[in-house]
Amino acid sequence: MAFWRRPGFQRRWDTFKRGWYKFSKNPVSVVGLFFVVAVSFLAVFAPFVAPYPEHAGRFVNFSEASQPPSLQHPFGTDVFGRDILSRVFFGFRYSLMMGVVVLVLVVPPGVVLGLVAGYWRGTWIDMVIMRVTDVFLAVPPLILALAVCSVLTPSVFNAMMAVSLMWWPWYARLVYGLASSLRNEFFVQAAEVAGASRPHILFREILPNCVSSIFTKMSLDMGWVILIGSALSFVGLGAQPPTPDLGTMVADGAKYLPDQWWIAIFPALAIMITVLGFNLIGDGFRDLFALEEV
Amino acid sequence: MTNAILEAVELKKYFLTSRGTVRAVDGVSFSLEETETLGLVGESGSGKSTTAYTVIGIYAPTAGKILFRGTEISRPVAKRPRSLKRAIQIVFQDPGTSLNPRRTIGQILELPLKVHGVGTKRDRKERVIELLRLVELPPEYAYKSPHMLGGGERQMVAIARALATEPQLVILDEPTSALDVSIQAKIINMLLKFQQEMGLSYLFITHDLSLMRNVASRVAIMYLGKICELAPTAEFFQRPLHPYTKMLLSSIPVVSPEEEALKPEKVVSQGEIPSPVNVPSGCRFHTRCLEKDERCSRVGPETVEVGEGHLVSCLKFAPQLASAAAAPGSGEVEK
Amino acid sequence: MTGALLHVQGLKVEFKVYEGVLKVLNGVQMVVHEGERMGLVGEAGCGKTTTMKCVLRILPSPPGKITAGQILFHGRDVLKMTFHQVQRVRGRGIAMIFQDPTAALNPVFTIGDQLMSVIKYGSRDSLGAREVRSRAVAVLHEVQLPDPERILTNYPIQLSGGMRQRVCIAMALSTEPELLIADEPTTSLDVTIQDQILRLLNALVERRSTSVIFITHSLGVVREMADRVYVMYAGSIIESAAKEELFSNPLHPYTQGLMRAVPKLTGGGIAEGIPGRIPDYLNPPAGCRFQPRCPHAWARCVNEVPTLHEVGQGHEVACFRFQEQ
Repeated sequence: MAFWRRPGFQRRWDTFKRGWYKFSKNPVSVVGLFFVVAVSFLAVFAPFVAPYPEHAGRFVNFSEASQPPSLQHPFGTDVFGRDILSRVFFGFRYSLMMGVVVLVLVVPPGVVLGLVAGYWRGTWIDMVIMRVTDVFLAVPPLILALAVCSVLTPSVFNAMMAVSLMWWPWYARLVYGLASSLRNEFFVQAAEVAGASRPHILFREILPNCVSSIFTKMSLDMGWVILIGSALSFVGLGAQPPTPDLGTMVADGAKYLPDQWWIAIFPALAIMITVLGFNLIGDGFRDLFALEEV
Repeated sequence: MTNAILEAVELKKYFLTSRGTVRAVDGVSFSLEETETLGLVGESGSGKSTTAYTVIGIYAPTAGKILFRGTEISRPVAKRPRSLKRAIQIVFQDPGTSLNPRRTIGQILELPLKVHGVGTKRDRKERVIELLRLVELPPEYAYKSPHMLGGGERQMVAIARALATEPQLVILDEPTSALDVSIQAKIINMLLKFQQEMGLSYLFITHDLSLMRNVASRVAIMYLGKICELAPTAEFFQRPLHPYTKMLLSSIPVVSPEEEALKPEKVVSQGEIPSPVNVPSGCRFHTRCLEKDERCSRVGPETVEVGEGHLVSCLKFAPQLASAAAAPGSGEVEK
Repeated sequence: MTGALLHVQGLKVEFKVYEGVLKVLNGVQMVVHEGERMGLVGEAGCGKTTTMKCVLRILPSPPGKITAGQILFHGRDVLKMTFHQVQRVRGRGIAMIFQDPTAALNPVFTIGDQLMSVIKYGSRDSLGAREVRSRAVAVLHEVQLPDPERILTNYPIQLSGGMRQRVCIAMALSTEPELLIADEPTTSLDVTIQDQILRLLNALVERRSTSVIFITHSLGVVREMADRVYVMYAGSIIESAAKEELFSNPLHPYTQGLMRAVPKLTGGGIAEGIPGRIPDYLNPPAGCRFQPRCPHAWARCVNEVPTLHEVGQGHEVACFRFQEQ
């Protein structure tokens, strides 16, 4: 990093405070941030905060089976007598992991392809990249994931791979649109006239101006990916029992509706809170990156 | 001309669009002397900015030649040698868009230094501070982002960036049209000072004739991709000849009766500049001209020299040529 | 004096931002008389447009907030009106022309749709469809657009910038407002088109004896468009005078600096501009806001805020140099 990027603690602190001010102007995104932080905390520290950590896996205690919510088991117990609250905490782990892994696999290639195609808009490079993108966009991710998981063994790993394969084109599209208009901005032309290299123009001039949109989309996609993962588990093609996956838990509990409602309802609410949290954060990201004039 | 740093010969730049061919620049010739300022003036759609971008190499010319110190340079910037990129620089119109909002002033000024291999990080840092001092900005601005600066300060950064490579020719593309007059005054005076101190030559693109009166050594007026009048500044304002020049001059709002007296007798402006996709036949200005006659819609005028360095492209000033061209088929008749 | 149509008194506006409170308007005073063409000159960020937004009650709030002052239109305070009353003032009392005619017209509706809905809802009496249409044609004819019938069916993108601005003028005048606010209506246009639009506006307001507030940053343009000129700096009016008086005898140091900085057709180089930049609205300078840039500033300028003070026939200046005490 160039020397003026070493701004010292004060400058960094100021930047943080200003960022928080902009982010927190929208109370909704603060609520979202709260959900996400809470869910992440519970996921990371699940073994320590869950009241019955051993209930996460293969555990059976029929004497306490299907108990309604009580002080001992705030979310009740399932048919095997496992504490649902503890299983929900562990369930957050699988949901978040699903989202994070998919985004890590999906965002870098999508962004790079979008940048390249956008910068060389109108050339054969653009043609090739964007037509391939269009083909992938035409396949619904959930259906492909279903297909992959039913042909191969159903597992969380296969589900993530299938979803990733179908998800990168959205980033390519998004960045393509931004880059192809940014490439005509005068600051890009100024860099070209100065003789800057192509990687410099792509990654130092154009990419920083796309970051805001990419982050906003990522936070919305976290929600989507978690939903898809849960849906796969729900139909039995994702995580397999006794993995404490939220989708699997809802699927299991659905059999006992409406009498033992707590077995399905609480994991379902947990999915909702997680997805909602990420969706609400999106707007905050947009405000955070907005430039204000003096 | 003997001492030209830049020469454009029959320069053309067409763009192919779905609506047809846009003839943005359509045969423009001029030369820029060492350390002079040539003002290229025109309305939007006249092709003045396209001319500038073709010279700097953002566009490759469709036809014609650009000569820099006698060497042909008519190719896009990516294919130009590094020394040439160093020698020709540009200041864009709007500093709000010509400075990347996501980079600091320091990073922006460091880029040309990096590209042209200026020493170590420490050398570059010193040079950045030196450049900031040159445009009278404090060194701590290196850490700021463009959006934290006022419009005038941003344009000074853009000027500092252009000067970073120690160029010989700077293209100024409406450098003050987005700014207030009090800031414009400061920036123009700064530019004139740099010109003297560093021996720079300026190609000054603008729509502001009053500004050119005070800055340029020579003024050229463009209309629909062609130059219609070019003259030394004093001569240009005392003896405007082309009907379009007169219309422009008489449309300028001024602030004093002395200036009012200098304007040509009120020429009532009419019409709007036609689209460069459908260029009018004959003289391009005939659709708005108040002095046109029946020949003008058929015959395109040649450029003639009517005085010392005073070029006009109007049939009124080329009677012998006009009479020869009166018969259809001869002369430069457009389809 | 004839009756004051619009009277702005001591208008103060603040904007809340992360760093604190921007004190943008600092007691704006202005009067527009009936049938008068008033010019408001000032540089970017001086508060011209903010003032007009207050007059029309379209100031975004938050972050903006009117903290003091009155805006009397026909003697009634616009700031105290109900939404319904303000709506009525906007339609028939005050109309506005914006700087960018492209942004002011909706690209997905035809000129006819937009113009006719303005006439239909803005007019004093209810009109039939045929009546509305004939009025639309008449008003387009009045702004000298060729072939009004065809233009009614056009989309904004099919017209040139100058024609679009003519359409905007037609729209603004179609409801026969008493006051027309023109916010830099020619800034985005070329000089020959600007000349045409200015002539047209002048002719129209003269024929209808509409009052005008003409906002611009260009002294040259205001000289062609106004009977009386107000000069604004950093949130307050610092000088006002009849046009001829102001241009022949500018008194405030800021006005003088501005006049010097304008490039002249007569040549002679460009004078040094005004040193410094417009003040930081977060911590505006004490006393006169121009004092840090003023060549004549003295102790009193820092200690007290100057107010407008009549120094000659209708010539007011907010500067202590012209107040003996």
